[in-house]
Amino acid sequence: MTALLEIRDLDVRYGDFQALFGVGLRVERGQALALVGANGAGKTTLLRTIAGAIAPVRGTVRYDGEDITGAPPHRRIQRGIALVPEGRRLFPSLTVEENILVGAAAAASAAWPLERIYEVFPLIAGRRRHRAAQLSGGEQQAVAIARALAAAPSLLLLDEISLGLAPKVVSQLYGTLTALRESGATLVLVEQDLGRALNACDDVVCLLEGRVALTAATSVGRAEVVAAYFGNRAEGPR
Amino acid sequence: MTWVNAVIQGMLQGGIYALIACGLSLAFGVMRVVNLAHGDLAVCGAYLALVISSGLGVPVWYTLPLVLPAAFAAGVLLQVLLLRRALRGGDFATVLVTFGLSVMIENLLQVGATANDRVLSTGAIGVASLRIASSVTLPWLFVAAFLTACAVLSGLQLLLSGTSWGRKVRAIADDIDTARLVGVRVGPVFATVAGIAVATAALAGVFVGAIGNFNPLTGTSSLIFAFEAVVIGGIGSLWGTLAGGIALGVTQVVVGEINQAYAVLAVHLLFLLVLAVRPGGLFPSGAPAAAAQVIG
Repeated sequence: MTALLEIRDLDVRYGDFQALFGVGLRVERGQALALVGANGAGKTTLLRTIAGAIAPVRGTVRYDGEDITGAPPHRRIQRGIALVPEGRRLFPSLTVEENILVGAAAAASAAWPLERIYEVFPLIAGRRRHRAAQLSGGEQQAVAIARALAAAPSLLLLDEISLGLAPKVVSQLYGTLTALRESGATLVLVEQDLGRALNACDDVVCLLEGRVALTAATSVGRAEVVAAYFGNRAEGPR
Repeated sequence: MTWVNAVIQGMLQGGIYALIACGLSLAFGVMRVVNLAHGDLAVCGAYLALVISSGLGVPVWYTLPLVLPAAFAAGVLLQVLLLRRALRGGDFATVLVTFGLSVMIENLLQVGATANDRVLSTGAIGVASLRIASSVTLPWLFVAAFLTACAVLSGLQLLLSGTSWGRKVRAIADDIDTARLVGVRVGPVFATVAGIAVATAALAGVFVGAIGNFNPLTGTSSLIFAFEAVVIGGIGSLWGTLAGGIALGVTQVVVGEINQAYAVLAVHLLFLLVLAVRPGGLFPSGAPAAAAQVIG
């Protein structure tokens, strides 16, 4: 069986700076993968490469058996890949609903009409006419996820959705992710909170300075992931 | 009454400035392109109307159904063949490219149409006016230009706020990288924006040519007024552009009432004053797109 997402030998550069070195990973359909690593390890770069915002200098990205390495972002969205970018990146002058509708511009299917999105995120339903810039951080993050869902993705890429939010709000958002998984979505999740990431996912890939330091099932346990996180030099950071 | 008349005439004059300027405002707000050839493209619209109306022997207004689609197509081609490449070279590249285009258009027009002044003959409406008081008479052409400017601005505003195309345009204006990332195809949006910008320029050019003389160099002075209207109104705000145009027109006509020699100087001084006191313009548009490039 082919994996939904398969990445091989990926090198990514920003000018003279190389961000990723020979990165490879697989995500099966219906699975959730946690992508962890220290700041600057290349997690966001990897997600943006999968979404098509960055072109790798070497390596392949295959999605559902098809090579999409050179495809522009809108083609990938039509095929079913959507990204919730780091820092939310909403369109500040657009209303909540307009933000979501922009996300639907290249939707893969009609599986996520507005009504269904508002069912999943009741807290933004009442704010659909507000400008995105007027919302609280948690609401903005919900809109960012809603905007990605509007594209009806089979593969949802989430970049640090808990950044700067209160623990209670983060729990709500992760509750939503659990519901999404039950409906069959495949997730790749970048998360600073290791415990939360391991809890929410089946597999974990740890990046260290642009290289894959560990690929394992999350059942491998926290200690091993932490060791990979710090390059085997430290045992137990906290 | 002379002053009331001057203010009203000035407002009508401002409508024409706004009509020239709205395409400039749109192109800058969405694509961050300062099109230095905008005024010349407007003048091309006037020449095209002249050629068609004298060729077919029809009144100049009847040429609009041909001139406007042709101008839209020219704008699309300009974007696809020229500006798209220039945009990849950074902000300054588009300034150089459109400056070159401006020089080229002016010289080609001089070669093809001589440097003589022309005027679009508009028949009876060209000399008719509306008398609303003993000393206040409004030339119909100016009234038509003002109403056209209002209609074009309202139409653009409706397109921007009420259609899915407009939503994409505003998303791109807010944050082009994220718009691409969530699936907006920037190319077709830019092409239509450029098409609309040039079509509105051509429409303005026809009014400019009908109201006064024009020659191959008229575009440069039109551009300066349009640019000042955009900046005074606040960059990216369409109604601000109308307000900016009106401010220019009123200043020009009212000062001209005192001494004609200072009319244009007064307009440029107003521009300087606004830049010094309110650099964002009278109606600055909303929050600038936040967002540094993310590397991590």
